[in-house]
Amino acid sequence: MRDYFRIKDLKVNFRTSEGVKNIIDVNELNLHKGETLGIVGESGAGKSVLAMSILRILPSPPAFIERGEVIFKGQDLLKLRENEIQKVRGKDISMIFQDPMSTLNPVFTVGQQIINVIQHNKHLSKREAEKEALRMIKLVKLPDAKNTLRKYPNELSGGQRQRIIIAIALSCGAELLIADEPTRNLDVTIQAGILKLINELKSRLGITVLFIANNVNLIFIVSDRVAVLYKGKIVEIGTSQEIKRNPIHPYTRRLLGITPVSRKNSNLTEDEFKKEISLRDPACSYFYKCEKRMEACKVHPPILKKISNTHWLSCHRFINRKANNEPTSISH
Amino acid sequence: MSKRYLYFNILMKRKLETLKEHLYLLQQNKLTFIALLIILFLIIIAIIAPIIAPFPSHIYSDVNPQDKLLPPSRVYFFGTDEAGRDLFSRVLYGTRISLLGSLTAVVMGLLIGVPLGLLAGFYGKFVDELIMRIVDMFLSFPPLLLAMAIAAFLGPSLQNAILALIISWWPWYTRLIRGQVVSIKEKEFVRAAHAIGTPSWQIMFKHILPNCISPVIVQASMDLGGIILTLAALSFLGLGAQAPTPEWGLIVNTSRTYFLKAWWYGFFPGMAIFITVLCFNLLGDGLREVLDPKTKKY
Amino acid sequence: MLSFITRRLLLGILTLFGVILITFILVRVVPSDPAAQWVGGRATPAQVEAAREELGLDQPIYIQFKVYIAELLKGNLGYSLMSHQPVSEELKKRFPATLELVIISSFIALLIGLPLGLASAKAKNSWIDHFSRFFSIGAISIPTFWLALVLQLIFFMILGLLPSGGQLSMRIKLFQDIPHITGFMFLDSLITGNFIIFKDFLKHIILPAICVGAYTIGLVARMTRSALLEILNEDYIKAARSYGLSERLILYSYALKNSLGPTVTAVTLAMGYALMNTFLVESIFSWPGIGKYVADAVICLDYPAIMGVTILAAFAYVILNLIADIIISLDPRVKL
Repeated sequence: MRDYFRIKDLKVNFRTSEGVKNIIDVNELNLHKGETLGIVGESGAGKSVLAMSILRILPSPPAFIERGEVIFKGQDLLKLRENEIQKVRGKDISMIFQDPMSTLNPVFTVGQQIINVIQHNKHLSKREAEKEALRMIKLVKLPDAKNTLRKYPNELSGGQRQRIIIAIALSCGAELLIADEPTRNLDVTIQAGILKLINELKSRLGITVLFIANNVNLIFIVSDRVAVLYKGKIVEIGTSQEIKRNPIHPYTRRLLGITPVSRKNSNLTEDEFKKEISLRDPACSYFYKCEKRMEACKVHPPILKKISNTHWLSCHRFINRKANNEPTSISH
Repeated sequence: MSKRYLYFNILMKRKLETLKEHLYLLQQNKLTFIALLIILFLIIIAIIAPIIAPFPSHIYSDVNPQDKLLPPSRVYFFGTDEAGRDLFSRVLYGTRISLLGSLTAVVMGLLIGVPLGLLAGFYGKFVDELIMRIVDMFLSFPPLLLAMAIAAFLGPSLQNAILALIISWWPWYTRLIRGQVVSIKEKEFVRAAHAIGTPSWQIMFKHILPNCISPVIVQASMDLGGIILTLAALSFLGLGAQAPTPEWGLIVNTSRTYFLKAWWYGFFPGMAIFITVLCFNLLGDGLREVLDPKTKKY
Repeated sequence: MLSFITRRLLLGILTLFGVILITFILVRVVPSDPAAQWVGGRATPAQVEAAREELGLDQPIYIQFKVYIAELLKGNLGYSLMSHQPVSEELKKRFPATLELVIISSFIALLIGLPLGLASAKAKNSWIDHFSRFFSIGAISIPTFWLALVLQLIFFMILGLLPSGGQLSMRIKLFQDIPHITGFMFLDSLITGNFIIFKDFLKHIILPAICVGAYTIGLVARMTRSALLEILNEDYIKAARSYGLSERLILYSYALKNSLGPTVTAVTLAMGYALMNTFLVESIFSWPGIGKYVADAVICLDYPAIMGVTILAAFAYVILNLIADIIISLDPRVKL
């Protein structure tokens, strides 16, 4: 389904002591119902900001949304009033974060926290909420549910905490889950367990997942489709297979560890640099690091364009190259 | 050029940049900036008091019994007291006492408290226990009480009051620094310095101290105000400056007898205390906004 | 939990002992002679000597200290050099009035300070925030004794609305039967249903309470604000928002519990400051408490009295801190 979830022309800025900085500038990003879309990017690319913009939980004095649309099931989330977006949070769209320790309130038991959310969102009595809470805890495969609920966050392990958080996030029937680097702070073995859990829940509950990470291999394992984020801009989107086998954008290729052939051109020489700094910022934000840059890249900002049924690209140099294993005609 | 000179150069440039950045941020907060200006203004007044006071002879000698208890006028801006002395001049001179007194107390308090805190935090174990138990004992006195007791027993005078304040205040700095040191001590760069064989005192003063100095600076600048207040309170109770020293708190105390007849007598010195302390507190609060990363507004 | 309380109690006792020791040493370091003070200015040297022996001042210091502690444990704080009355009696008479003043003013301070800090943190950088920050910094900068004089000036001399001092007016004291059940006028007048006395009492306590409480209003407002701001920046608040909980719920049931620790610390500190402020304010308003007593004692250098008050105040402070520690230890993060 095309318009399940769609981000269009989203621009998010931050007001800092050094002026206004643009953090997110996304032309187009679609999510299909039931899939897992992975967003991959290095630290500082704006992944968390993108995620938080969707639910509008950005810290509002420094951050502000300049323009854009986030359309979920026909509604533009950015145009909703505060009490309306509150209804969406937790019940339609939910989010889990990177650090399970800091995401849980240390002075309440985990039981109190999940029951609180269920009570408030589903308008149930305390007893009914308790029953729901127990059901969710069992769903995330935590043993000894009743005792676990009585514990404080600092009495549980990292993996247990993350499971609790997943339980809280999904406790009110959310159908879209945004997972912002949920396994980054966990050991590798625990990571596997959490990923497996998310997958199982996905098929069991029929949820759609937006998975954010900075580890490209992780993204390939988890996602059906992948979007590559560089400095707030989506540079390439494609299925996991496509991106893995046929990455086109120079940044994507660098991410995958495909080193450019000649190292000479990968960075500017001193004279070139002196020439460039007299200009304003180049139109393509990857300009200085790109070994395939052209003159056009300085002046015209690249836009995300479709190059095949499932493959989008935002780059001047390669926009005419067709994907290897796709038919030459472009169809919608 | 020697390496040392280059290194020093770079260090100084970086420090200058940080200072410029801080001043820029400070200046953005209008209220803090005004407070800073007023404080500078007060410092200047304190320095040139003998020059601008209209009746400098009134400070220590009673000269004008016929002009006693006059309301504010063009001759006597703040009115006169019961000995006919010009209150405006006395308040001006009082600026010196308050500013100098509180500066002394804070600086001495820092000189005692900060090194003790560093020692306690750095060496830990027995030294820590010993110093912190003493600190706890001092801090368990309700504020002001210790100063009152010491000033009472040493004999009321301005010097003894300042001494009493120094003794009451240094434990705060020790506790503040010690807490910081304990958390910084475990950081990587300290361990690295240790591993290279840097002597302990160098680690303490060159590595640890600069990293924990900002809350102390904030606290000290607010304390400059707090100590003026406490000093005035002590003088008000009769434990601090004695007549005829023109200390603000003392003047307010003396004014009580004539309160019904001469409202201006106690009003102006008290207002002087209020404005001075207010400005120091605003400055300290503004510094906290600048220096404390947790409350930064980006 | 019990071991925690015991430990803090022992620590408190140890601290109190230290306080007594320090004060005792201070008294002995004193330049003037308590014996001479006792007998007055016109005594002969023989009389001074006799007084010295009577007061036990000729004994070696450690014996004096032992005697003092022994007497202290019996509740004997010595005799005031001025009035020759037992210090403990004089304190007992006056302490309730001061306690009343401290409690009522702390209550007012919390009533004003907490909501102010809360509103300030909730609407950061709005005009409410700027106003309350300026107000609270002003409150902690104002000299208490000056505020007392100014308030007296405005409300008594200019407006004539409120009395200038005392706990009850002369008229009431002469014509009404003053109840003495708990020793606290606030409670006594309410219990006996005597609203005339109650109203009169309120009129008398309002100005001293404001003066004593001004500093603490500012302190409480500032500390509440900074504690809440720090909490509202935490990840778990962000997460709570993402689950769809309303701002109101987040602030009042989540953030508030997290801020219990710093708030209790603030309140304790506030009450400590309030106690000290009473020393300054009571003489101005002729409030019959220990503040006035100690202010007078200090002028005459009446050492037993000063020591007695010091010990009492330190004792109250230690108890206050103990209660605060117990409340803070309810926070699950605190390791007992």
